[in-house]
Amino acid sequence: MHKFIVLAAALALTLVTTGAFGADPLKVGFIYVGPIGDHGWSYQHDQGRLAVDKALGKQVKTLYIEKVTEGPDTERAITRLARQGASLIFTTSFGFMDPTIKVAKRFPKVMFEHATGYKRAKNVATYSSRFYEGRYVIGQIAAKLSKSGVAGYIASFPIPEVVRGINAFMLGAQSINPDFKVKTVWVSSWFDPGKEADAAKVLIGQGADIITQHTDSTAPMQIAGEKGAKAFGQASDMIKFGPKTQLTAIIDDWRPYYVQRTKAVLDGSWKSTDTWGGMDTGMVGMAPYTNMPADVAAMAQATEDKIRSGKMHAFDGPIYKQDGSLAVPKGKRLDDGTLLGMNWYVKGIDDKLPK
Amino acid sequence: MNALEAVLLTIITASTPLLLAAVGELVTERSGVLNLGVEGMMIMGAVTGFAAAYTTGSAVAGVAAAVATGVAMALLFAFLTQTLAANQMATGLALTLFGIGLSGLIGQPFTGLPGVKLGAVHIPWLSDLPLIGPVLFGRDLLVYGSVALTAFVAWVFARTRPGLVIRAVGSNHHSAHALGYDVAAVRYGCIAFGGACAGLAGGYLSLVYTPQWIENMSAGRGWIALALVVFATWTPSRVAVGAYLFGAVWIMGLYAQGVGVNIPSQFLASLPYLVTIAALLAISGNRILTKVNTPACIGQTFVPDR
Repeated sequence: MHKFIVLAAALALTLVTTGAFGADPLKVGFIYVGPIGDHGWSYQHDQGRLAVDKALGKQVKTLYIEKVTEGPDTERAITRLARQGASLIFTTSFGFMDPTIKVAKRFPKVMFEHATGYKRAKNVATYSSRFYEGRYVIGQIAAKLSKSGVAGYIASFPIPEVVRGINAFMLGAQSINPDFKVKTVWVSSWFDPGKEADAAKVLIGQGADIITQHTDSTAPMQIAGEKGAKAFGQASDMIKFGPKTQLTAIIDDWRPYYVQRTKAVLDGSWKSTDTWGGMDTGMVGMAPYTNMPADVAAMAQATEDKIRSGKMHAFDGPIYKQDGSLAVPKGKRLDDGTLLGMNWYVKGIDDKLPK
Repeated sequence: MNALEAVLLTIITASTPLLLAAVGELVTERSGVLNLGVEGMMIMGAVTGFAAAYTTGSAVAGVAAAVATGVAMALLFAFLTQTLAANQMATGLALTLFGIGLSGLIGQPFTGLPGVKLGAVHIPWLSDLPLIGPVLFGRDLLVYGSVALTAFVAWVFARTRPGLVIRAVGSNHHSAHALGYDVAAVRYGCIAFGGACAGLAGGYLSLVYTPQWIENMSAGRGWIALALVVFATWTPSRVAVGAYLFGAVWIMGLYAQGVGVNIPSQFLASLPYLVTIAALLAISGNRILTKVNTPACIGQTFVPDR
């Protein structure tokens, strides 16, 4: 329903603007997988959209469609924005990859930006953020604070982005406690508060006293709070959902990138690029370190600083795969290509990767 | 709290909203009306339940608001389909879309606020028993309500005159009308009951399950409830079996993953659907009984001759 209202409003505006003004503003479209009120993934992307509005004012007109399911609906939604005259469209979920490429072929003059994917075209750029850097930091915190030595990991789908996160978390934890355990539960959804809550309850029941998630709702944070466990926020600062529960949160900050790319379209310098920004570019940020002793917070801050300055990398060797084979020797770093296609677990993870 | 207890408790909370919504829809469908708006009524119940509980500080007020909202949504559906004789399928789908959109709008100021949780009851001695105490005697009132409601509906259909009238209206509205029953009035009542249950199921989500308001938080549970009713061949006891089986298989799937059982998670995620359908088809194998239970007039519009 929401999207219809937005579309109707957008359509009305299109008619008004084309009739009344000479120079049309650049239309920039956004497709979100969740509701913008999820206070997680989609919320952060929408913050980016608002930043574009704020930075470029009358030069742009932003449109968005939220709650777009990954599948046939995606193509329709993207096509709609393109038909409405959007010159730049951000599709902000991994599952939007193929539909984006498909629609891009039909609208060669429209520029597309796909988040977290790997397929590009002349008019399709990709961008993502090195969330795994943050996951290494929270892995260290978890290993320091956990009394049971077990963390619960609520995962969505077994795509490289998620697998990379689990590995980075584990490597961070192992750097503190080599015997640390991670229990992983796949809920097969990006956003289902009930399911995520169930998973959190089950994990805590099985002895995990720290919960982390790669899903988008705030429910696990709340359940952790109820059961006396600690948790990490996902995508945005979730401190108000767990003032006594959140240790920190990995924050995705898309604002600078969205503004910069929109400006590039305005001045004609836009090109199909592949951006993968981390803490050094400000795309990944950490919420304040709370609910932990000062020495743990200081350790986390130090790791964060080292990763930001490039002194350290979450995937510095030696790294062993789950089966014990060497993936990266000492003194080397895992290359971006392997990271982007990561489909194996590091040593020490009990879970079997769903195929 | 040991692991078994945690699992059982989680199964109960996961199953209760499904059972509540499904029992309500069962009554609606038994009267010959197919209301596809369960999801919409549920999500509206969730948002108003949360809003009322947050504003007044009382979870009971939240429950009341959730029920009232469900009824209001259902009466809108009843007015369109019974009084104006609109197509039930289209109206139901519209009700769902309307509910999801409107709940997002109403819920905007309530996103991210700490909720009020409907507390669990505590019965002296019984609640303190190991394992069965907290699982059976230490739940919130809605859990007991959902079971009592199912038993009540089963009793009404099996033993009472109103139950017979509802079934008559659902089986053949022309005959029921000829016998002097007010088809529209009976259906209004059944639709409203269905709405109350769906609203209550929504309230359960935002007051017990995850006590906060999150847009779209029902996440398709209304549709699962709808499917349960059909696969349970409109029989209350089977709806209860189906709802609990679904919840149990779902939670066991999560549990198995946490333990590290070597089964693909995608398979575990689809298992609740497969097991529930298979089980309900197996127990609903009697074709004659199925035919007797199926409301013959389901989904058909009835306009009495004047």
